[in-house]
Amino acid sequence: MNQQTGTDRVKRGMAEMQKGGVIMDVVNAEQAKIAEEAGAVAVMALERVPSDIRAAGGVARMADPTIVEEVVNAVSIPVMAKCRIGHIVEARVLESMGVDYIDESEVLTPVDEEYHLDKRKYTVPFVCGARNLGEALRRVGEGAAMLRTKGEPGTGNVVEAVRHQRLIQSQIRKISSMSEDELMTEAKNLQAPFELLLQIKELGRLPVVNFAAGGIATPADAALMMELGSDGVFVGSGIFKSDNPEKFAKAIVEATTHYQDYELIAKISKNLGIAMPGIEISSLQPTERMQERGW
Amino acid sequence: MVKVGVLGLQGAIREHVKALETKEAEIVVVKRIEQLDDLDGLVLPGGESTTMRRLINQYGFLEPLKAFAAEKPIFGTCAGLILLAERIDGMEESHIGVMNVKAKRNAFGRQRESFEAPLSVVGLEEPFIGVFIRAPYIEEVGEGVEVLATFNDKVVAARDGRFLACAYHPELTDDDRMHQLFIDMVLEFKKEGLATE
Repeated sequence: MNQQTGTDRVKRGMAEMQKGGVIMDVVNAEQAKIAEEAGAVAVMALERVPSDIRAAGGVARMADPTIVEEVVNAVSIPVMAKCRIGHIVEARVLESMGVDYIDESEVLTPVDEEYHLDKRKYTVPFVCGARNLGEALRRVGEGAAMLRTKGEPGTGNVVEAVRHQRLIQSQIRKISSMSEDELMTEAKNLQAPFELLLQIKELGRLPVVNFAAGGIATPADAALMMELGSDGVFVGSGIFKSDNPEKFAKAIVEATTHYQDYELIAKISKNLGIAMPGIEISSLQPTERMQERGW
Repeated sequence: MVKVGVLGLQGAIREHVKALETKEAEIVVVKRIEQLDDLDGLVLPGGESTTMRRLINQYGFLEPLKAFAAEKPIFGTCAGLILLAERIDGMEESHIGVMNVKAKRNAFGRQRESFEAPLSVVGLEEPFIGVFIRAPYIEEVGEGVEVLATFNDKVVAARDGRFLACAYHPELTDDDRMHQLFIDMVLEFKKEGLATE
């Protein structure tokens, strides 16, 4: 029979199934099981969580395949993994291992400062980070099937994710209210593909799922990002750098599902223990800002 | 006019609502148990079945869903099929467990094996594009279950009385004929119910 893999519908559809959920960074099988047990919709297999990458410095690369394999074998929920921006071979290696989604991520050190991956060529779907609508649509143009805010990873400070999500949402609203003859100029201003602007105008939203990521540290942070129009959240260092990962993971999942139930969020936020230590963004040197990686 | 709910805990909720909105039905996104009360039918959307079950447990949804299933029609897609199946390969317990089938999770493989293909579905004249995402299939069909579609000899859609289930995602296409099948079932069931009252 006429069977097609890797179509846009199959790649974007996979992200649709993750909506309303939490995707958690894990560094081994044990953490992956905790995440699955807590109700994560997927896990991101890494060698180190972003805050440790930040602390270690140096070049951050794709995780050791042993870790990815260990996580794939440990859980039945989908497994994602990160490759460096522009690293064709890391992406192909992860694809060959059966990873369900690849994050072409600014958390790792880019290998190509000019070109992102041509993500249309892969069977595996990709998620990419963005700070604004132009960047988001350039990634979709390259074939990303899912988006997320960049935020500022590994800081436990959600301010940048808020900035990015607010900006993207307001830029979508602007396009929705523009007339079609204004869209080419807007495409020029945003440096984004014209056809995608037409689609946004028609749909009133992005053509792919858009999660929040970068600095989410508490249940209230996760709920805030949902309130601002995110389809779901990624939590990197926030869970396994907290005092009580099991409790934190469950509470963040619950706050994401019921983001407007404030009594419930109050209840689940009680006695959670200490969240991961945060970093004030202005204390970072410009070169330490991961969100500046990629364009 | 019938009132149909979409279980709104996690997954492709918006897409089901959109497909149902074109029908003669009032649509409710069900996030709380009491919202089940006055529904004529319920859709269990695609999503992560493991996650959905966790959330169902957390909010005490399981017993109310079982009680609902004892009386009203339910349509499950992908993860929804898993929730409906009486038996699940490799698992000791079922979830809602009302449909006389045995389901196998992620049966076609991982995401890279996910695919779309035209299917011939009983009751539909033209082929239906099935979008299969880390999809399950029905491994065994019990008595009284009507097979509606197969792919490479695997059962991917079936009906058991008031329960309709498919392994693919009709909500990801613009084709709303599977949803129409379900609405027809709900209408039929409501009429029968009124006749016997």
